[in-house]
Amino acid sequence: MSYRRRASPLHSARAAVACAYCLSLALAALVLSAPVLLGAVAIAVLAAAAGSRVASEIGRAARLAVPVALAVAAVNALLTRDGLTVIARLGNLPLLGHTDVTLEATVYGGVLGLRAAILILCGALYTVAVDPDQVLRLFRRLSFRSALTATLATRIVPVLMRDSRRFADAQRCRPGPPPGRLALMRATTASVLDRALDVAAALEVRGYGAARRPPRSRAAYSRHDIAFAVSALAVAALAVGARLGGAAPFRAYPELHAPLHAGTLVIAGALVLAAALPFIDRRGIAP
Amino acid sequence: MSVLELERVSYAYPGQARPALDDVSLRVAPGELVVVVGGSGSGKSTLLRAASGLVPHFHGGSFAGRVKVAGMDTRDQGPGELAAAVGTLFQDPETQVVMGTPRAELAFPLENLGEDPSAVARAVEEAALSLGIAHLLDRSSNELSGGELQRVALGAALAGQPRLLVLDEPTSQLDPVAGDELLTSLRRCNEDFDTAVLLCEHRLERCLAGADRVVALVAGRIACDAPPSEFLAWAGDHAPELQTPGARLLRGLGLAPVPGVKRARASLRDQALMPEAAPAPGPARVRSRRWGRRSPSVSALSLRGVWYEPGGGRAILRDLSLEIATGERVALMGRNGAGKSTLLRHAAGLSRPTRGRIEASGRVALLLQNPTDYLVHETVAEEASADARAAAGLDPSLASRHPRDLSGGERQRLALAIVLDVPADPPAVVCLDEPTRGMDRGHRDRLAALVRGLDAAVLVATHDPEFVAAFADRVVLLADGAVIADGTPPAILAGARYFATETARILGGAGGALTPEEGVALLLARVGHEVPA
Repeated sequence: MSYRRRASPLHSARAAVACAYCLSLALAALVLSAPVLLGAVAIAVLAAAAGSRVASEIGRAARLAVPVALAVAAVNALLTRDGLTVIARLGNLPLLGHTDVTLEATVYGGVLGLRAAILILCGALYTVAVDPDQVLRLFRRLSFRSALTATLATRIVPVLMRDSRRFADAQRCRPGPPPGRLALMRATTASVLDRALDVAAALEVRGYGAARRPPRSRAAYSRHDIAFAVSALAVAALAVGARLGGAAPFRAYPELHAPLHAGTLVIAGALVLAAALPFIDRRGIAP
Repeated sequence: MSVLELERVSYAYPGQARPALDDVSLRVAPGELVVVVGGSGSGKSTLLRAASGLVPHFHGGSFAGRVKVAGMDTRDQGPGELAAAVGTLFQDPETQVVMGTPRAELAFPLENLGEDPSAVARAVEEAALSLGIAHLLDRSSNELSGGELQRVALGAALAGQPRLLVLDEPTSQLDPVAGDELLTSLRRCNEDFDTAVLLCEHRLERCLAGADRVVALVAGRIACDAPPSEFLAWAGDHAPELQTPGARLLRGLGLAPVPGVKRARASLRDQALMPEAAPAPGPARVRSRRWGRRSPSVSALSLRGVWYEPGGGRAILRDLSLEIATGERVALMGRNGAGKSTLLRHAAGLSRPTRGRIEASGRVALLLQNPTDYLVHETVAEEASADARAAAGLDPSLASRHPRDLSGGERQRLALAIVLDVPADPPAVVCLDEPTRGMDRGHRDRLAALVRGLDAAVLVATHDPEFVAAFADRVVLLADGAVIADGTPPAILAGARYFATETARILGGAGGALTPEEGVALLLARVGHEVPA
């Protein structure tokens, strides 16, 4: 899973704004606890993935996120002793001892799992929709060499992975007993060092050794920059406002308290709308 | 004023007694295209690295003499400072593109120079347009092919409008199409922008025609510094392995060698030696399992109706059928993505077909494109037995050397020794994948002789028609995973436009001559002369 420029409004926004947009969705997942609102954030992330034409990549990330969410929910239900509404008595279990599963622990586990899944999906959205070179350029003014090291890592890791596959194929072609692990490790290390030396030479001849601090870029804000910046602010404001204003009360223990007010539904709808609206304008999105 | 000036330069790498450059003096004028040639270890790469400042700043070692690039002395200025005046391109496209997108890659050297963002944007745009890579600017670097990566790296080298461009075998890792595109781009930059070029390139027949001068290095010293025609005359007497096929053809006829197919034809016409144009090749014959297939007496390898359809991708092999007889030497040709490497992987059992059957009469040895991947031990002797090394033509004196210290050709032979090295189970089929990539003619000729001497059936995937003419007795042409032509080398290569040797191109396919020697024999026979021994 890696960044590729696609014809989408999010890919057309500058990296700082796209990054802020992904962060605002993650922030909403972190500060909100009401299942309805978390569900709304999850829908917003999926809508953003569809709008950015990265649904299949986010789907692949979901294959990791859903088992993680289920595991978190199951662990919380089994380990947490809080909650008054017992829904299953499992008796004495090895390691866990006497185990009663409560509705409260199960629901709260589900909330935690959903939050973890949303954070994974936000990370995946960032990975496939935000240009890493632009992000690193933002940091180059602060720490040029650290940013370049990070850039090199993102560029060279796939190269080394291809090298390792090629190396494995070559070893399969060697007749007779396979070489020892130490010999293989030595050869692999030598190969990586060769690559590192080549990269270092390439950096030198591109002027890295005499590099100066890059000047600040002052590109004009596009319609998508503005739309996603406003969207990120709106999502963050709605999430923080709902949390501070108590607009979506949720308490798991000792007894589940999650009243469904009209206000909660309005905030949920507003979250989805705020996150999805920038995708409606599809002018000027071609790579 | 010279853009590059070497004054009595001598240089030895750290820990090496023998100098890689020995009292070298050279001047390159603005706009000149100078090709640097020489055998393995002659000092070509070191000369280029001295011009870019990597020698001695990056490599260390002992350095004497003076190198000036655009007036800057490389003793005082490192490669970072010199980057403003000299653009450099190396062999391996993978490690030269260091940023995530071509746009960032082209901008990187300019940002290092502290250029204004608007100047960077303009230079990126112009470099991309001049090299025809504008459509790649926002693609991920990891998605680009080797040829595309190399053009991006050339763009990064050119973005700062350097006065001198230094290129160390830039096409050696590319297929011929991508290599030709790169050399064409390079020539345009040289002609349009007056950029001086110092180019080290093993495919001399492709670049000599556009060169102003050729510098030949032998053991770190300049042995010849002359215009291409004079260089070819010198090479005929002193370094035959540096001659182009066209030069060998003309020299064999007693004519002065000239660079390029067009000038060679003109030279033949002037002497009334140029044969009539051969008839255009007819439709390619396909021998399939259904009709017209040759029936080898003993089949060493048999592929019947093989399909390879990877999940989520297009079919790479499509109903491919092929029989290879024991001892037969077959060249597998076709453009990139035609399925050549995939076929070899299937033959060796590295991949399994999704449909069809593959049978071999014994072990199938496969030598993949990068021989270094086979080398895991500390000495050459540990890698393969003495018999196998001798059979692969490896010098016995190399036994105690570290395998990674060998030259490219020597590594190739050692890797071949490794895959052949089972006396109890000699391979029935030996498959080689692009074995001549980046190889000079001397190594290529020795490999061809080695392949001809193998007892096993040989299947070689290659883009190199000169190599095919030297070793093969059958050529199979693939396209989109299927066989589109199958016949003798003259039948496939002589009348072809792309898959043709230089001799065949000069003679227009006449008489099916593929090598200079065949061409000489053909032309002398036409005028009633004795064929020289």
